[in-house]
Amino acid sequence: MKLITAVVKPHRLDEIKEALQAFGAHGLTVTEASGHGRQRGHTEVYRGAEYTVDLVPKIRIEVLTEDDDAEQLIEVIVKAARTGKIGDGKVWSLPVETAVRVRTGERGPDAL
Amino acid sequence: MAPAAITLAADAPKLSSADTGFMLICSALVMLMTPGLAFFYGGMVRVKSTLNMLMMSFISLGVVTLLWMLYGFSMAFGADRGSLIGWTSDFVGFSGIGKAELWPGHTIPVLVFAVFQLMFAIITPALISGALADRVKFTAWALFLVLWATVVYFPVAHWVWGTGGWAYQLGVIDFAGGTAVHINAGAAALGVILVIGKRVGFKKDPMRPHSLPLVMLGAGLLWFGWFGFNAGSWLGNGDGVGPLMFVNTQVATATAMLAWLAYEKLRHGAFTTLGAASGAVAGLVAITPSGGAVSPLGAIAVGAVAGVVCAMAVGLKYRFGYDDSLDVVGVHMAGGVTGSLLIGLFASGKGQSAVKGLFYGGGPDQLWKQCAGVFAVLAYSLLASAVLAFLLDRTIGMRVPEEEEVSGIDQSQHAETAYDFTGAGGGVVTAVTVPSLAAVQGKAVQGMATQSKAKQSKKVDA
Repeated sequence: MKLITAVVKPHRLDEIKEALQAFGAHGLTVTEASGHGRQRGHTEVYRGAEYTVDLVPKIRIEVLTEDDDAEQLIEVIVKAARTGKIGDGKVWSLPVETAVRVRTGERGPDAL
Repeated sequence: MAPAAITLAADAPKLSSADTGFMLICSALVMLMTPGLAFFYGGMVRVKSTLNMLMMSFISLGVVTLLWMLYGFSMAFGADRGSLIGWTSDFVGFSGIGKAELWPGHTIPVLVFAVFQLMFAIITPALISGALADRVKFTAWALFLVLWATVVYFPVAHWVWGTGGWAYQLGVIDFAGGTAVHINAGAAALGVILVIGKRVGFKKDPMRPHSLPLVMLGAGLLWFGWFGFNAGSWLGNGDGVGPLMFVNTQVATATAMLAWLAYEKLRHGAFTTLGAASGAVAGLVAITPSGGAVSPLGAIAVGAVAGVVCAMAVGLKYRFGYDDSLDVVGVHMAGGVTGSLLIGLFASGKGQSAVKGLFYGGGPDQLWKQCAGVFAVLAYSLLASAVLAFLLDRTIGMRVPEEEEVSGIDQSQHAETAYDFTGAGGGVVTAVTVPSLAAVQGKAVQGMATQSKAKQSKKVDA
């Protein structure tokens, strides 16, 4: 199993969700996050005082998947998230040791 | 403030129901400005200090009401003693004031005049609180309110508005409080922050307003209440200056908002909501002393100058390194000075008095008088406030410990937080505020600790 994590622009969430559903992903977890990559931040002005806000709002999406689907799923997310502008985000995957469905106690790929 | 006309007993004014009703409504409008100010300031601080900022204004509604009723009204508006202070023992506790007794030279009862002026006495010290955001002990602030109202506000209100006060006698024009309220509060703010110092992280950490919608709401309430503040200050006299003041208040405020927005668009590239709110308040401040003396076209000049001057003045704290947190000096002192001095230039001679300013052929005479009033109030308030803050700091301490300031003054001073963002704050419902508050403040509570230990061991036994 793999855990796919994507940190992307907030306004791409709907497209990514729909693309994942179309692909047949079983579920996802979404959290609001903030951070920056090479994009750095933006500037805000309050009564003439300029603040560089270097942590930009992002969305973090996490999806558990079977090993065979991982590469394809990453492609689906990347395609849906891309705007071509700086700050589009990152997607990565990690190996997952175990997963349990809480309701039934099923383990491994059956729990996904 | 209305000059009490010297009237003969025969043609002394009679009670007017219309004026009395108008003044009671104006009093309620001015009362609403203090909660408005609380939101104006409350939105501008970071999340962790929101409640403290709101409370610093609200506590003034409590403390100053009692001071005013007990002795403040007597000190400010009692019989003159040496042009510096008033005292009429009948005013003490409002006990010797008959309910039908009229304020001399006016058509409204003394009680109505007293309650209208009370609302001014409440908001003036509350204005100072914006400069002290994030860092002042709540008890120290409450005590400061008592001392400052007594030593600074009551006497200064007497100088400016008491018919025997020296500034009034000199002919300084201050219709609704440019000197007595705004310069007074702004200079006091400067005096206090020079004593207590900067917030932790000033000029390093981003200290952004946490809720600009709250700031806009507060500015809206201030604008609304200010009609009572300004137009009410004519005390219902039927000579048309009240309506002039009402119109000028709107014109100057609208202009100042536009002026501030234009300035920051040119200078910083954007029209900000904070700029709109601040510009409106700057205009309200500047028209407060001058609105009875200038024409509506003059009010445009007052608003335009005030909007730009204040927009520039708020940047000074970064240059000089004093932490006027929410720009009380930059908006209230700068705006008050601007409005007060512009009377010397733009007084039309057709408003509250026949006095004409420099631009209306009156020569520099009134300008000098305005300078004297501005300088005296500014200097006295600055010095007296710094001394009061110094004394409090040396005795009970003005500031919360650095740790509490960084983690948030709301928790340490009020045992609350403004917002529950997660809904998952968790915790157990208990009735032990004292030990948990002590934990926030890093103090040991004698007895409590052993008590809760005893409870725990009982549970284990059970």
